[in-house]
Amino acid sequence: MTALAHRPVPHAAPPPRRRRMRGALLAGLGALLVLSVVARITDSPELLSSGTYGAAFRLAMPIALAGLGGMFAERVGVVNIGLEGMMILGTWAGAWAAWMHGPWWGVAAAVAGGALGGLLHAAATVTFGVDHVVSGVAINILAAGVARFLSVITYHPGSGGGATQSPRIASGTGSASLPLLAGGEIFGWRSPNLLGWIEARGVFYVSDLAALLRGPAETLTWLTAIAVVLVPVSWYVLWRTPLGLRMRGVGEHPVAAESLGVRVFGLKYLGVTVSGALAGLAGAVLVLEFAGIYREGQTGGRGFIALAAVIFGNWRPLGVASAAGLFGYADALQLRSESAVHGLLLFVALLLIGLGVWALARGRRTRALSLGGAGVLFFLWFATTGTVPRQFVFFTPHLVTLLVLTFAAQRLRPPAAAGRVYRRGQLE
Amino acid sequence: MKARALIPGAVRVLAPVLAVAVALGVSALALLAIGESPVATFSAMLRYAARLDSVVSILNRAIPLFLSGLAVAVGFRTGLFNIGVEGQYRLAALVAAWAGALVVLPAGVHLVVVVAIGMAVGALWAGLAGLLKVWRGVHEVISTIMLNFVATGLAAYLLAEHFREQAVAGDLQIKTAELPASALMPTLNWALRALGLELRRGSHLQGFLLVCVLAGLGFWLLLSRTRFGFDLRASGLNPEAARASGVDQRRMVVATMLLSGAFAGLVGASQLVGFFHRYTIDFPQGLGFAGIAVALLGRNNPVGIALAALLFGFLDRSAQILDLEDVPKEITTIIQGVIILAVVIAGQIAWRVARRRQAVAVSEQVRRQEAAA
Repeated sequence: MTALAHRPVPHAAPPPRRRRMRGALLAGLGALLVLSVVARITDSPELLSSGTYGAAFRLAMPIALAGLGGMFAERVGVVNIGLEGMMILGTWAGAWAAWMHGPWWGVAAAVAGGALGGLLHAAATVTFGVDHVVSGVAINILAAGVARFLSVITYHPGSGGGATQSPRIASGTGSASLPLLAGGEIFGWRSPNLLGWIEARGVFYVSDLAALLRGPAETLTWLTAIAVVLVPVSWYVLWRTPLGLRMRGVGEHPVAAESLGVRVFGLKYLGVTVSGALAGLAGAVLVLEFAGIYREGQTGGRGFIALAAVIFGNWRPLGVASAAGLFGYADALQLRSESAVHGLLLFVALLLIGLGVWALARGRRTRALSLGGAGVLFFLWFATTGTVPRQFVFFTPHLVTLLVLTFAAQRLRPPAAAGRVYRRGQLE
Repeated sequence: MKARALIPGAVRVLAPVLAVAVALGVSALALLAIGESPVATFSAMLRYAARLDSVVSILNRAIPLFLSGLAVAVGFRTGLFNIGVEGQYRLAALVAAWAGALVVLPAGVHLVVVVAIGMAVGALWAGLAGLLKVWRGVHEVISTIMLNFVATGLAAYLLAEHFREQAVAGDLQIKTAELPASALMPTLNWALRALGLELRRGSHLQGFLLVCVLAGLGFWLLLSRTRFGFDLRASGLNPEAARASGVDQRRMVVATMLLSGAFAGLVGASQLVGFFHRYTIDFPQGLGFAGIAVALLGRNNPVGIALAALLFGFLDRSAQILDLEDVPKEITTIIQGVIILAVVIAGQIAWRVARRRQAVAVSEQVRRQEAAA
């Protein structure tokens, strides 16, 4: 099977990393400026409150972790549709171990459970050469059955759990606020809440920026802290170590990698197992941070949203994390204030029109016209309605990903050999 | 000697049989691990399944699984993976239920119209993925997964905001209006009665079984006996060769997705006109994913798919007895999951073995010819 995303057209070399990073940062700050304006026009402060950002950050975590998992698998050339199933294994194992022995054992068991799912996927796709998508679908079905079965035989009546849920788990992994910035404690001294102070001033844009930083910095749990650290760690491992170079080589051109003495099969196993482990960790976040319990159907399609984040994030750690952040933001807004979601329409409209003007300035008429047209449509939607249906927010990540694949696929750059079954010594 | 003759039919049949055996083995181990006797469990399942109402229930359960298997198999035969049957059949059932309850038509015609609407909606939703593939190169696996979620959200929205029946006071269930009798599929109970079999009151053999037979026959005729079907299969077996011989790949992709979606629409219609008579929020889920398993197990041909659908129907039905036997009925879900993995792995192994044998046979033939010369 060919790679699961659009084949990129050959184009000019991308700009150097530093310029790209600076561009992304500027674009982000610009978007926040537009958002600040929109929040004032539509009178929806929830768009910018640190509470929304905090919720967005927490909701994004499992998607980001599973997304990193999906990225690791695709980087070694294996498409992982089974993220959802591996996450299910993570939630079940995590809840069981946390209930038996405590939260950190739960985290370890979730990682192990997910990794086991990854190992199964690796055995099927790498050793036996099964179609990646088929194996992933099978793992999703299998994991749901296994979790149900294990629940039935583990949680006897009287334990507080049953066929579809575990007993309640006493404690999470603990949390703290960052000192000085968000009012955390240092050796019992309650430090000032600098970001909170700035946000409370209500200065246009400056306070909004402070809120963006304050949201995640307040009551940061240890588990989320680990998850955050894993983003740069993934980048470092994949782009700055020999191991990472070899892994990426396997995903780009396994024959060439093999000819250089790289152990293609071993690295594929490693990448897919890490993929499962990260999905399992995402499951641990769901159990220990969100719900405090294992419940059937808890993953709620997040494995597939993670898959969307991998594509939207262009198969890069920071991109995946940003995509997860955006999806988490839409989710958080929906939970906190439905009217604020309506304000978001104006934001999207302005953003599209802005991009259209930018395209016009660079002489791309057709692109400018379609972006501007879409912007006007969003504006009309904003102007003629009062709310956005709740159900629309549910599929926003999926629809956005479809649109990106449809209209901006030339900017995406998936690993060249992702999704292809590799047999040792095969020719192109 | 033709190459195909070297891959014996036995090997092709062997893989699914082996897979079922492996799945039974794995579940037997799971049963032993929890201290249950596999023999007793399996025989209890078989005994329960042999009752008349069980047989009828298995047939009823196999209906949507078979149709869903056909939907997925059409894609597979052209080398396309339609993971989106799930979203397609749900959206199709919802729209057909809503539209069917709006119009007044004579019996029979009404039924055909409702089913046709379901097929059309399914085809359009799947066709979207086909268009995205040929127009923008979006891989159908990703687009159908994403469209599944969009369909779920869209269906929930349409049901709650537009298609909902004006509820009488006290009725809080969200549902469409009930289809009138003219749009319902007659049951096949008369056929059973003709055979001297009497069903319990309230249980039916669904008439859609006949549609399944027709659909299976149509599937076989289309793929094996028409030019169009030949082009489809050629595109699946060797896209390069198909293109070289003048098959328009883009047309094939869109046509296949439309066809696959139409079968998916039949899945939704079968449940709508045969059993539920309206779309509610508890309309059956997961039939699309089960269809992937059924198609894989059935090796993408109608007879195989029918057998696979019956097997899955049997597992679903006989799971009911397990709770009474104090065995977790989830063991059947594990059997289903293991079957899918085992069948594809066994298929790969069988294919490799056959390839090796073929290579050996060819080299021997060459050697013999050289010796003769």
